[in-house]
Amino acid sequence: MRRPLGMQTLREILLPLGRMAVFVVGAGGVFSALMVVLALLCRGSGADKFLLDTQGINIVTYTLANLPQVLIDGVTLGFVYAAIALGYTMVYGVLEFINFAHSEIFAIGAFAGVEFLIAMDRLGLLKAAGPMGSYMYLTLALVVSMTAAGGIAMLIERTAYRPLRDSPRLVPLISAIGVSFALQDVIRLVESLTTGQFYRVIPTFGNFDARIPLFSIPTGQDSTLVDIQVKSIVVIGAAVLMLVLLNFIVNATRIGKAIRSVAQDRNTAALMGIGVNAIISFTFLLGGALGGAAGLLYALKFTRIDPFVGFMPGIKAFTAAVLGGIGNLTGALLGGIILGMLESFAGAYLGTFTMGAFGSEYKDIIAFLVLIVFIIFRPSGLLGEQVSQKA
Amino acid sequence: MRKCILIVVAVFAVLCVLPMTVAAQDQVIKIATQSPLSGGMSAVGTDIKNGAQLAVEQLSGPLVKLGFKVELAPFDDQGNPDTGVANAKSIVADPAILAIVGHYNSGVQIPSSEEYHAAGLVNISPANTNPKVTDRGYTEVNRICGRDDVQGAVGAQYAASKGVKSAYVLHDKTAYGQGIAEYYQREATKLGIKVLGFEGTEEKANFDSILTPILAAKPQVIYFGGMFDQSSVLFKQARQKGFKGMFLSDDGFDSSDAAKIGGDDLLQGSGTYYSTVSGPASVYPGTAKFVADFKAKFGAEPQPFAAQAYDCAAIALKAIANAAIAAGNKIPARADVTAAVRALKNFKGITGTINFNAKGDLTVAKYFIIQVTSADPDKWSTNKIDKTLDIAPPQ
Repeated sequence: MRRPLGMQTLREILLPLGRMAVFVVGAGGVFSALMVVLALLCRGSGADKFLLDTQGINIVTYTLANLPQVLIDGVTLGFVYAAIALGYTMVYGVLEFINFAHSEIFAIGAFAGVEFLIAMDRLGLLKAAGPMGSYMYLTLALVVSMTAAGGIAMLIERTAYRPLRDSPRLVPLISAIGVSFALQDVIRLVESLTTGQFYRVIPTFGNFDARIPLFSIPTGQDSTLVDIQVKSIVVIGAAVLMLVLLNFIVNATRIGKAIRSVAQDRNTAALMGIGVNAIISFTFLLGGALGGAAGLLYALKFTRIDPFVGFMPGIKAFTAAVLGGIGNLTGALLGGIILGMLESFAGAYLGTFTMGAFGSEYKDIIAFLVLIVFIIFRPSGLLGEQVSQKA
Repeated sequence: MRKCILIVVAVFAVLCVLPMTVAAQDQVIKIATQSPLSGGMSAVGTDIKNGAQLAVEQLSGPLVKLGFKVELAPFDDQGNPDTGVANAKSIVADPAILAIVGHYNSGVQIPSSEEYHAAGLVNISPANTNPKVTDRGYTEVNRICGRDDVQGAVGAQYAASKGVKSAYVLHDKTAYGQGIAEYYQREATKLGIKVLGFEGTEEKANFDSILTPILAAKPQVIYFGGMFDQSSVLFKQARQKGFKGMFLSDDGFDSSDAAKIGGDDLLQGSGTYYSTVSGPASVYPGTAKFVADFKAKFGAEPQPFAAQAYDCAAIALKAIANAAIAAGNKIPARADVTAAVRALKNFKGITGTINFNAKGDLTVAKYFIIQVTSADPDKWSTNKIDKTLDIAPPQ
């Protein structure tokens, strides 16, 4: 018997949207408050004097004036991390191992989409496309990315993980690391053979580089303009859409129910007539497609990709998944947003507050330091792990 | 299964024997090159190898007459110090190698040349600008390009001449990038340019958080000490975030890939400039034939430093020939080749007349300030030369 879908559908769409809003506002609020407190404490310090000397504003005004821009950057980055983190967390949910090849699935998605756009650009289609047309091409490129990355993810599962499914858990982990290295060099090989290039740059098209001015904050004799790039909005919008869709598939459809049951107990799920292999394949397809789309969004935001582009975002997203509670979809979302914010805050303020002693290159160290401290006190992550009950 | 193993063993054995038969040939002289042939900096690195290869093909006549076979042994240092040193160890171990043309990155050359120094093997560098390259006083190490202590200062003087009052200085944390950024900062401060920040970064993609304090500080110029693969992305993102001022970088920026990555954003605002120790091949009077030959052989305009690599190999060939004659038409000892390189006086290369001082620097080196004038990578070599300077190295 089928339940009426209307109410449940609405619930499964509104609930994750609400969660995202709470996470973004919550994390942003907490970090902003901490930062302002820190700035108040630093009044009269050397950093304060330096700012007054060079820019004519005190440290509190400086912190407040830059806050909106930092938050915007943090949220954009956070959603990219969240989209990648979901791939790690879904695979962990059903198979209980870390798919370290996910960072290369991300890279393949980025390359597939960018190559598609470059081909369209060469045909002159991007230049001819109007404002609506450019969004259509971006959507098409996203579809290409998702197909390529999802397909590769399924292929990896079939060839590198399925034969090892009943071996000790370390074995598929090592296989994953091997696949990761192999894929990096496959991308490099394919790119050198076909284009002879190491770097690929996403073509400039549409209005994605345009900036929408929001407001300006007076700072001393000057003012700081806060604006948001169209592509940041596109990245956030696309990521939110995909996260809602994923949440819907996992929580409100038959196949989602099958995924959840395989995650809970594979053997019993099989006894209930669920095709475990097909469901695991589908999980990889979903996670891979999401990772691939994140790859293209990353390329759109940061413009250049190379075969090793997946490594850092991959590690960060893995961290985000652990931070939120691995195996937990909501946790991956929260972890991604927190990590994105943390990185953005540390990167923007660290150099100023320490007067250049610790530049923004220490942002990753800060991010991982927080992770370590956090994991000591809460080993299962913010929202707790969700894994199979038999384990 | 056993058959399988047998075949594998047989193939392995053949592979092991094969190089031995090749190595058994006598009277071979090799010139090694070390430059990044793969990865992000391979465009310039490959042309350093190609320039040296062209020289070996065209200029080994005197050695061939003496009955030697001259070969090029290209090595890929991947722009990575570890790989460079590992290559250096195998170069040193090959007795047929009598000279090394190479390294694109000072950070790779400095540790690798310790190996050359220990083995008494001469190294002629087309591109390594860090002062430490020659300041260690090794007789084996020579370079035919300028130095960063001069180049960084030249950049700062140029900025001052353009009326710049404030700068934000970034670098890539390598020996090369950090070094030149510090020289830039020192000279800029001396000239009254306010340095609003000085920072290193290894970031390659997401410059958002680095740019926030920079944009808040509103410098007139962003200076980047390092390679184009970082700086062009940084410049592009800074422009897209609304930075209107000038970008200034160093000879690491000098690659057509910079235009490919940075695109139109480099031309907007107050534009993009870089200092370099190697002008486009066309500025040197002797390079017309080289450029034509290079295009005919490799099908593209030479990247920066290709002509310098050609000259490095030419110097090596000349020195080896001189040493061989002095040794009675035998393969000379490495130490003799090393001495012969320094002994060359007024060597007529395609990039000018070359004389080494006691440290291995050029007695007078050329420095250029170049403005990026086209977003088209194919037109990189036509970028406008704003200033040319001849400066002797500091003693």
